[in-house]
Amino acid sequence: MNLKRYQEVILKPLIDENPITLQILGICSALAVTNNLTVTLVMCVAVISVISFSNLFISLIRNYIPSSIRIIVQMTIIASLVIVVDELLKAYDYETSKRLSVFVGLIITNCIVMGRAEAFAMKEKPLLSFFDGLGNGIGYSLILIGVAFIRELFGAGTLFGIDVMPEWYMGNNLLLLPPSSFIIIGLFIWLIRSFKPAQLEEDDYDVSIHSTAPNLTKRDLNA
Amino acid sequence: MLEHYLNIFITTVFIENIALSLFLGMCTFIAISKKIDAAFGLGIAVIVVCLITVPLNNLIYNYILREDALSWAGLEGTNLEFVELISYIGVIAASVQILEMFLDKYVPALYNALGQFLPLITVNCAILGASLFMVEKDLMFGESVVYGFGAGFGWALAIVVLAGIREKLKYSDIPDGLKGLGTTFIIVGLMSFGFMSFGGISL
Repeated sequence: MNLKRYQEVILKPLIDENPITLQILGICSALAVTNNLTVTLVMCVAVISVISFSNLFISLIRNYIPSSIRIIVQMTIIASLVIVVDELLKAYDYETSKRLSVFVGLIITNCIVMGRAEAFAMKEKPLLSFFDGLGNGIGYSLILIGVAFIRELFGAGTLFGIDVMPEWYMGNNLLLLPPSSFIIIGLFIWLIRSFKPAQLEEDDYDVSIHSTAPNLTKRDLNA
Repeated sequence: MLEHYLNIFITTVFIENIALSLFLGMCTFIAISKKIDAAFGLGIAVIVVCLITVPLNNLIYNYILREDALSWAGLEGTNLEFVELISYIGVIAASVQILEMFLDKYVPALYNALGQFLPLITVNCAILGASLFMVEKDLMFGESVVYGFGAGFGWALAIVVLAGIREKLKYSDIPDGLKGLGTTFIIVGLMSFGFMSFGGISL
C-alpha cells in the first residue's frame, strides 16, 4: 500500500489535471444539465459511480483484453454499467430521469470514462484505478456544480429550488439558456489558469522584431 | 412528401443543430477544431458514420427492440428496450471498424485522410445522440436516413465554422489565461447563442 500514490490519484484531477478545464474530456453530456442543482447532483453521482466502477472492472481484466478489440470490450463494460444506473434512476427517481432525458445514456460516450479507462485502468492495479476514477469523477463534478450554482442562483434566484435571492432580484434568463454554461466554463478556465500558470497554453508562433523597423535605441541616442 | 423530408433536414441542420443546440460531440468539437483541414476531415467522417448508423439503429429498434416488435418472428409481448444503449453502441463501434477496414482496402486515399479520426468517432456522443434522438422522435426508416444525414451535416458545418473562427483568432492578443481552451469555450457559447435565433422558426 503506497498511500501517497492513492492520495495523488484522488487529489490531482480536482484542480491540477481537471478533466474538463485541462484534459477536454466529458464536456458533451454535461452542459445541458447544469441549469438546476438537483438535476446536476444526480448527474454527477451517476457519472462518478460509472467511471469508478468501469475503471475497477476494466483494470481487473486488463491482462486478458486483446488490444485490437479493447475499445469494444471497454464499451461493453461501460454500457452495462450505464444501463444499471439508468434503470435504477427510472425506478427510484422517475422525475429526474425524465429531465435528464438522453443524457444518462450519453454517459457511455462521455469521453472521461473512455479516456480514463484507456489512459489509466489499462495499465494500473484495480484499487488504484478505482480511486483514479473517483478523483476524476469528483473533479468533473466540481466544475459542473460550480456552473450549476452560478446558473441557478443568478438565473432563477433559487438554490435546489428554494428562493434565496431578495424579492427585488430579477432572474437573468440568459443564464438559464444552455449556451451560457460555455461562457461560465470559459471564465472558470481563466480563473484556474491565473492561479496555475503551468496550465497556460503556448502560442503557436514567436513574435519577432520586424526586420525593417527603425532602430529606436540609436535614434534616442542621437537626440 | 419531398417537402416533409426537406423539413426534417432543415430542422436537424439549423434549428436542432446537434453540436450547437443539443451540445453533443463537444469534446472532439473543441479538441480538433484548431485547423480547418482537420475539422473538415472529421466532419465528413461524422456525416458518413451518422448516415450509416442512424438508419441501422432505426431498423434494430423497430424490428427487434421495440415493444411487441418481435411479432414478425412469432414472439408476442416482448420488450427489449433495456438493451437499447448497448446494442446501439455495438452497432456504432462495429460499423466504424468495418468502415475503417473497407476504406483501408478499397479507398486508400480517403483512408489516409480520415484514418486517424475514425476511431475517435466511436466515442463521439453526436453519433449515439443522433440514434437516441431518432428513437425519441419515433421516426420511420426513410425519415431516419434524412435525419442521420442532417445530424452529421449540421455537426460538420458547426465544426468547420468554429475552426475558421479559431484560425482567424490565432494572431489576436488574448489575455494569457484565456488563450486556447478558454476563448474556444466562449466562442462556442456565442455561436450557440447565434444558433438559438433559429429556434423560433417552425416548419
